[in-house]
Amino acid sequence: MAPPSCPLFPSQRLIIEGLHSVRGGRSLFRDLRVTVPSGGALVLSGPNGAGKTSLLRIMAGLLMPTGGTVRLDGGGRQEVDLREQSHFIGIADALKSSLTAQEHLAFWRALLGAGSAYPLRDALVSVGLGHLSDTPAGYFSSGQRRRLALARLLVTARPVWLLDEPTNALDGSGRERLMAMIAQHRERGGIAVVATHEPLELPGAEFLPLAGAVTAVTA
Amino acid sequence: MSDVLAALLRRDLALALRGGGGFGLALVFFASVIAVAPFAVGPDLALLSRIGPALIWLAALLATLVGLDRLFSADAEDGTMDLFMTSSTPLEVLVLVKAAAHWVTTGLPLAVSAIFLSFLLNMDANAVGATVLTLLAGTPALTLLGAIGAALTVGLRRGGLLIPVLVLPLTVPVLIFGVAAAERVAQEGLGAPPLLMLAGLSLGSIALAPFAAAAALRASSQ
Repeated sequence: MAPPSCPLFPSQRLIIEGLHSVRGGRSLFRDLRVTVPSGGALVLSGPNGAGKTSLLRIMAGLLMPTGGTVRLDGGGRQEVDLREQSHFIGIADALKSSLTAQEHLAFWRALLGAGSAYPLRDALVSVGLGHLSDTPAGYFSSGQRRRLALARLLVTARPVWLLDEPTNALDGSGRERLMAMIAQHRERGGIAVVATHEPLELPGAEFLPLAGAVTAVTA
Repeated sequence: MSDVLAALLRRDLALALRGGGGFGLALVFFASVIAVAPFAVGPDLALLSRIGPALIWLAALLATLVGLDRLFSADAEDGTMDLFMTSSTPLEVLVLVKAAAHWVTTGLPLAVSAIFLSFLLNMDANAVGATVLTLLAGTPALTLLGAIGAALTVGLRRGGLLIPVLVLPLTVPVLIFGVAAAERVAQEGLGAPPLLMLAGLSLGSIALAPFAAAAALRASSQ
């Protein structure tokens, strides 16, 4: 399925050890231990405010944990910086209303590094926006904005995908395309971590419920 | 890495020029201040030509601060700042490029428009040339010092109000040497010491301000 130009990710594991986070004087989770193997998926669930987004941001290296470590290990390379190995797709979609879809993708590829020769045009087609490549994002509906944000996953190849409520505003076909993208990413050895309230078809995924209170989960 | 810098520069210029980006706001503000100054000061041509460089510098300082609040806050609000953080290009370099794009769409047009606005202040050709030169030399320092303020207030609602309070004290040396250089360059030429000091302030800001602004942006993202 993957274009031949896309590299396979080396076998890497995402390891979370003793992770502890205090936000706003409240302990979100303590002594969190999870290992996600190459090709694996992890689904974060839990009520609003349980710390799903905070955990994803910590995994992306955007937020410092109070204690513990998150690292990517194996694949021959030592201690790689997780910030440069992961895609974080949050609620904010990083879109500018005066730039076109094509310009967004070109800018993201330049900023985040290519890593693959996946053509920008194909990335837009994969998320179902092939006909809107020259339309400014200001004219997009919220579902189309989300699709464009998800196209970022394709223009730069990174082994870890961190998705915060990725199905928000997506219609049925958008969900299917997203599930296909995640499945293809996992086939190539990538790792997907998804925070969601919806039941998603992610075969073989591990589940990590965040209770909002002190939790210790071993995978 | 030069790809990243070119792409970011292109994007910021496109955002500024395509409307809603604030290009022109600083320019209109600058022109307005200089246009109304003769009405406030009165029709004394000798006085106007004497205080002309100082008025232009004052207007340039205030005009630079207008629009600085969106320098980083727009990217922080829509999530682009997260992408900057996860790029392999150091944040300091990205900050410098964003400041450069801001200067090209504010400082540079200000300096060029000063050529025409100086007619309203009865300035002679020598003084105009000197003032434009000092603006070119000094406005990079204003933009970069302003970038520190913009980075410090990035997480705050209405942070734009705070930027002038934070930044104005830092820009006083630039104003002093800018006006002094405009007068001395008109008399002594390019070797005038205030001009060298002004250029030094700009170079120092280019070297140091990106580190301060990047540190502020990292702190505010926590």
